Amino acid sequence: MDYLKVVEDKFVEKQEFVKFSSGDTVTVHYKIVEGTKERIQQFRGVVIQRKGEGHTATFTVRKMSGAYGVERIFPLYSPFIDKVEVNKHGKVRRARIYYLRGLTGKKARIQEKRF
Amino acid sequence: MQGIIGKKLGMTSIFSAEGKNIPCTVVEAGPCVVTQIRTLEKDGYEAVQLAYDDKKEKHTTKPEAGHFAKTKTTPKKKIVEFRDFGQAKVNGEYKEVQPGDTISVEIFIEGEWCDVSGKSKGKGFQGVVKRHGFSGVNDQTHGQHNRNRAPGSLGASSYPSRVFKGMRMGGHDGDKTVKMISLRVLKVIPESNLLLIKGSVPGPKGSYLIIER
Repeated sequence: MDYLKVVEDKFVEKQEFVKFSSGDTVTVHYKIVEGTKERIQQFRGVVIQRKGEGHTATFTVRKMSGAYGVERIFPLYSPFIDKVEVNKHGKVRRARIYYLRGLTGKKARIQEKRF
Repeated sequence: MQGIIGKKLGMTSIFSAEGKNIPCTVVEAGPCVVTQIRTLEKDGYEAVQLAYDDKKEKHTTKPEAGHFAKTKTTPKKKIVEFRDFGQAKVNGEYKEVQPGDTISVEIFIEGEWCDVSGKSKGKGFQGVVKRHGFSGVNDQTHGQHNRNRAPGSLGASSYPSRVFKGMRMGGHDGDKTVKMISLRVLKVIPESNLLLIKGSVPGPKGSYLIIER
């Protein structure tokens, strides 16, 4: 028996998310606790990678804040994640689109996927 | 100290009550059988002998088989003695342990500290930078050439005209007993004999560990 999985099933609550992959534009609604107050912050950007599997999986979101690129790594099953909203499905050829880091402006656009 | 024998299963991470992502090691600990009580009169010291992990009878020598037969247990792979064991929780009640008793993870309480010792991963023949934390010659220039991980001087010249014993040099690294002290027991799961210990512990997956409280 896989005891690691037993532990993870017991202590990590698996939330259900909409399907998203690298290249998609998402908005992460992230809970922030300030003292006793709780508020929700939104972080919108392009998913540049999904990493790991099972309960320890993470994903990285990149956004342009002014002229600077900002990347944030979220644990997929973090209790602080309220929800993940998919704004756009992007058409990309690789699972980890690190090349986006070197591109700015019109070059950094991702073609939208048509279903 | 009171303790138990276990096996490292691997690492994962869980979220704490505050939502923090905590790295932890999953350890299968026990159930261990008390195979012998060492006494001052007979053995010259006091200790409790625990045995863990079943093995096949065909891999057991006759003297070993006789030792396990005394407490009517199946042969075990790993035997460890603990000094100052004291009273332990056996089947839900605190008492002095007797031969034949089963020690389980229930001796641990969630949130308490523990010490974990095990055999570290073997690293093979390593240089002084990895083995002893030397910094090497950190210059690429000033006349240096292929000296980046060199040990430097081994001592003075005409006096003492020799290298002192115990001078730290390259050699076999790892594969030795390492004890990590003051690790937090995050969770105790008695139904599957598991302990969750915060952070990492020595050794590869599947290696034996001694967990003391």
